[in-house]
Amino acid sequence: MRRTATMAAAVALAGAGAGMARWLSSRRAADPGGDPREANRWLPVTVNRSPEEVMPEGRLPEPLVRLGDTVEVRVRKAPGGRGTELAARLLEPPPQGARGAVARISGDDPRQEVRRALREAKSLLETGEVLRPDEPSTNRPTATGKVLDLAIRRASGEGRL
Amino acid sequence: MKALCWQGVNELSVEEVPDPQILNAQDVIVKVRLTTTCGSDLHLLGGYIPAMRAGDVIGHEFIGEVVAVGSEVRRHKMGDRVVVCSFISCGRCWYCENDLWSLCDNGNTNPGIGQALFGYEPGGVFGYSHAMGGFKGSHAEYVRVPFADHGAFPVPEGVDDTSALFASDSAPTGWMGAHLGGVKPGDVVAVWGCGAVGQMAARAAMLLGAERVISIDRHPERLAMTERHVGAETIDYSATDVGAELRERTGGRGPDVCIEAVGMEAHDTGVQGVYDQVKQQLRLETDRPSAVREAIYACRKGGSVFVLGVFGGTVDKFPLGAMMNKGLTVRGAQQHGQRYIPMLLERMAKGELKTSHLATHLMPLDEAPKGYDLFKNKKDGCVRAVFHPGT
Ligand SMILES: NC(=O)c1ccc[n+]([C@@H]2O[C@H](COP(=O)([O-])OP(=O)(O)OC[C@H]3O[C@@H](n4cnc5c(N)ncnc54)[C@H](O)[C@@H]3O)[C@@H](O)[C@H]2O)c1
Ligand SMILES: [Zn+2]
Ligand SMILES: [Zn+2]
Repeated sequence: MRRTATMAAAVALAGAGAGMARWLSSRRAADPGGDPREANRWLPVTVNRSPEEVMPEGRLPEPLVRLGDTVEVRVRKAPGGRGTELAARLLEPPPQGARGAVARISGDDPRQEVRRALREAKSLLETGEVLRPDEPSTNRPTATGKVLDLAIRRASGEGRL
Repeated sequence: MKALCWQGVNELSVEEVPDPQILNAQDVIVKVRLTTTCGSDLHLLGGYIPAMRAGDVIGHEFIGEVVAVGSEVRRHKMGDRVVVCSFISCGRCWYCENDLWSLCDNGNTNPGIGQALFGYEPGGVFGYSHAMGGFKGSHAEYVRVPFADHGAFPVPEGVDDTSALFASDSAPTGWMGAHLGGVKPGDVVAVWGCGAVGQMAARAAMLLGAERVISIDRHPERLAMTERHVGAETIDYSATDVGAELRERTGGRGPDVCIEAVGMEAHDTGVQGVYDQVKQQLRLETDRPSAVREAIYACRKGGSVFVLGVFGGTVDKFPLGAMMNKGLTVRGAQQHGQRYIPMLLERMAKGELKTSHLATHLMPLDEAPKGYDLFKNKKDGCVRAVFHPGT
């Protein structure tokens, strides 16, 4: 089981907690001979709305619709009245290995945009808005602060989703 | 405006920061009337909560007045006196609709950090690290309150600021521990910790019908306060074997419900405590869980243990065997305040729930670093330092 543990050590600095070390090590790299889905999985969110509300007349919700034909989208009713499972997958697999890790740090990993679009679509459908973060205040520049800033900038597009 | 900023481990300062603005149509801006220290802040101060950035405004338990209202806010108007839940929750996701408000899907703007830490991100909180959304805290003159229709509550006229303040965080946290811990009429309940959270949990257990409530701490003034204002029995753990004492007081059964209100910096008189402290300092174990361990051993067979104390990572020597073989239910949560706040304010108005005694030290916001020194080091009988940002 190989893990992309690139920025892990750096971010461990930013947060004292050991858990931060898992920031970028949370996803398995595609392993030749392993499960080919690891290279490009479906990214799903569950929306607490009916499928008709999520896709009225078959139209994709904002801002997911703006990803156009870079993604395929799957919609199905969630079990137990939990709403709608809305999933997207890149048509072109994202960069892997070291190149993939660099893309994640620089913000060029296309999955980040897909995750952000899914989360925003969910929030718009459920609440009518996408919560904006507070602007960071004064903030004395520190070494760990810089690393954390990077993690914060990527946080809306990262995660296990 | 003035605000109290976290600058590094055990380093706080009052700074001039920009005034908050309405950023979403469902926001209000609250002019803070009172804001208080919480045991959770001590974990930030100690550097045990990851993703804090120098300059972050802390504070999450507060009461104030609405001074600006976003265009989509329906339930509040200028001038309303409101108490605000420490958790920022949308009211419309599956978690909010199922009364699991601190797990809201839409209140944490940095989900990637929480997912890396915990698998799934917790909700957003005021002034509690970028893993919990990076929102600015309430130890300030003004604070932006997102999803205000769901998180801000009007305070009944008969309830004064100092009492209502604690409906923001400590009172609903304590109530949740007793409620979701499953306290039933006739139960014997033990509560670890006589801070504001532990005292509120003990009071909630009584109001839910517990026949006996036994609170555990080591600070004589906190034990005395809990006896006097909450009406619980107490145990001084620095002088007594807690397990033996609980066995004796419960006819050998053990408490039906054990509520832990201590958290990751628990103090321990034994060898195990030294072990935890060393490992935590070396970051080999992020949290010190001695009260949780003790609760799991002391709890009766088939009983329930509720963890209210905040933990951020991993612990050693968790008594999984005791938990499994005794058939315990172990549960924890960040507080689902929105579920309880209106009911708690009503109980305050009726005089069933007293909280103002918790505010042992009232001072201007400028003196907040001193307030945290009193609170952290439990000096001068401090249970909660309360700051008033106004002049
Ligand atoms: N779950 C939530 O949503 C939530 C909300 C608020 C606070 N909290 C947490 O609750 C905990 C308590 O908060 P507080 O404001 O009352 O803090 P506090 O620091 O005022 O009180 C903690 C008390 O625990 C006592 N204590 C320490 N070690 C002990 C032990 N081994 N056995 C028994 N008592 C022990 C201390 O003497 C102290 O009186 C903190 O961990 C805080 O982070 C959780
Ligand atoms: Zn708190
Ligand atoms: Zn929600």
